[in-house]
Amino acid sequence: MLTEQREKIKEIITESQVYKSIFRRGFEDTTKNRVLAIFGNVFLHLHPPYVKRHALKFTHSWCMGGITFLLFLVLCFTGVFLCFYYHPDKINAYRDMKYFEYDVPFGVVLRNMHRWAAHLMVITVWLHMTRVFMTGSYKPPREFNWVVGVLLLVLTLLLSFTGYLLTDDQLGFWAVTVGTNMARATPLLGHEGPFGEQLGVTAYNDIRFALLGGSVVGGNALLRAYVWHCVAMPVTAILFLAVHFWRTRKDGGTAGPL
Amino acid sequence: MWHNIFKIASKPDNIPIVGMLLLVFFFWFLSFWAAFKNDRIRRAAAGRPRPEGGKSKGDVVDVIDFMYPEEEQGLPKKVSCWPHLVKLEFVCAIAVMALLMFWSIPIDAPLEEPSDSTLTPNPSKAPWYFLGLQDMLVYFDPWIAGVLLPTFIIVGLMVIPYVDVNPKGNGYYTFAERPFAILVYWFGFFVLWVLEIVIGTFCRGPGWMFFWPGQEWDPHRVVAEVNINWNEFLANISGITALKTETAGLLLGIVTILAYFGLGTALPYLWLKRQEAPIIHRLGLIRYGVVGFFFWTMMALPIKIVLRLMFSIKYILVTPWFNI
Repeated sequence: MLTEQREKIKEIITESQVYKSIFRRGFEDTTKNRVLAIFGNVFLHLHPPYVKRHALKFTHSWCMGGITFLLFLVLCFTGVFLCFYYHPDKINAYRDMKYFEYDVPFGVVLRNMHRWAAHLMVITVWLHMTRVFMTGSYKPPREFNWVVGVLLLVLTLLLSFTGYLLTDDQLGFWAVTVGTNMARATPLLGHEGPFGEQLGVTAYNDIRFALLGGSVVGGNALLRAYVWHCVAMPVTAILFLAVHFWRTRKDGGTAGPL
Repeated sequence: MWHNIFKIASKPDNIPIVGMLLLVFFFWFLSFWAAFKNDRIRRAAAGRPRPEGGKSKGDVVDVIDFMYPEEEQGLPKKVSCWPHLVKLEFVCAIAVMALLMFWSIPIDAPLEEPSDSTLTPNPSKAPWYFLGLQDMLVYFDPWIAGVLLPTFIIVGLMVIPYVDVNPKGNGYYTFAERPFAILVYWFGFFVLWVLEIVIGTFCRGPGWMFFWPGQEWDPHRVVAEVNINWNEFLANISGITALKTETAGLLLGIVTILAYFGLGTALPYLWLKRQEAPIIHRLGLIRYGVVGFFFWTMMALPIKIVLRLMFSIKYILVTPWFNI
């Protein structure tokens, strides 16, 4: 009796126009449905319908690429919430950190999670690269995807670095001062670099000035770091991620070279 | 003695470094374990009949055909992605989220005093993942350590797939089939990048002076400035004072650097040519040159470290515009 009713309810749901319009396939565990589960889903269709069995093992892929992407999503999610409260100017930036600490609901966990996920992502990107190197997965036909991966690695480091300044405390301020001081020494484009002086480059028109929006790490630098960190670089990273995943699907990923 | 190490390691921002070291060691072990296991399988498989449905053809052994234990030989080589892979991804995501939660609740992200451009901390350090670059400043001028070498690292990584012409080891772990590639990668990543981060974090104190782990950071320690340039070093050991002039320094520097890259690239080329190594034909002159350039650029760092620590040599080439 009960089973009958359950079957009937199941049928009503799966045969309804609403269900069919969303899922487009039935419940049965058939080969066709397994393939459709991947093909019919915009998020899952980046997977191939089949993978080699040995590639499923943790000892093969270390799950590092997936973990890195998950951390990227965590960072986007927590980042949006941090953005709700944060003002990128010299008066408010540090106060907002204290605001997170004492006033914002779950503000401490939110900021902690964003920071630790960022550090962890730097590590997992390195390990993902190491794994790809060790399995020789950059070899033809997957050369270009390795190049895209290197660009994503650079973007990860730069995202982490621009985020460092935003707290506007001593730690971030001096870390970014040390980091951007390197730009002074850029050959031709920095005022302390080789041939910079000869080309008329000064502290007020060199590449460091362009990065900081000034000759010191001040309010403009904070705003620039904020815009790079929250808009320009995540968007760039998402574009390259799309290419990275697309090429994984087309040239081979977990499935081995295609 | 342990007090100082613990004080540095337990800084919230340095916890990732400790975690990274453990992870790097673990995965280093894991990848070599997998590589040696596959190499053993391949050697043993030489005489075995090929499993059915595998990709092995003739003498070419596809190691993946042999990677499964006997009892799994009959099973299909491929499985459907749903649910097998998607399920694993889901479990993995939950595990990482749990780890992140447990890390985020007890350990607070660091927040120091408000920024003050008049109050310079000593030492001032870059974020930990850039400490390798900051530590290179000891051995190279900022335009090399901070601009040129990072660019070369990025470009060097990008050219790897285009200069590694070895078709073997594509999609599985192996050491025996590509020892040079793996050794170079691990030297660059493990020895240079990771070790420099560890030195930058744990061994660089006030004034960026070197302190052994556990040694108290004494900001008043006096270090005698005894560094000399390459031409002065040669003048001292040969007794020819003429070498100490600026012109001699310039010429000697140029000759040394050209010889370093020139001989470093040419000698292995001639040797491989003499051995009639097939790799030299597959590489071609351009690829070989690129490999040689990036390899010797990378090796310049440890060489400069040794020269500095053992012979106190500061610059190899001194010009009015830049020094190397």
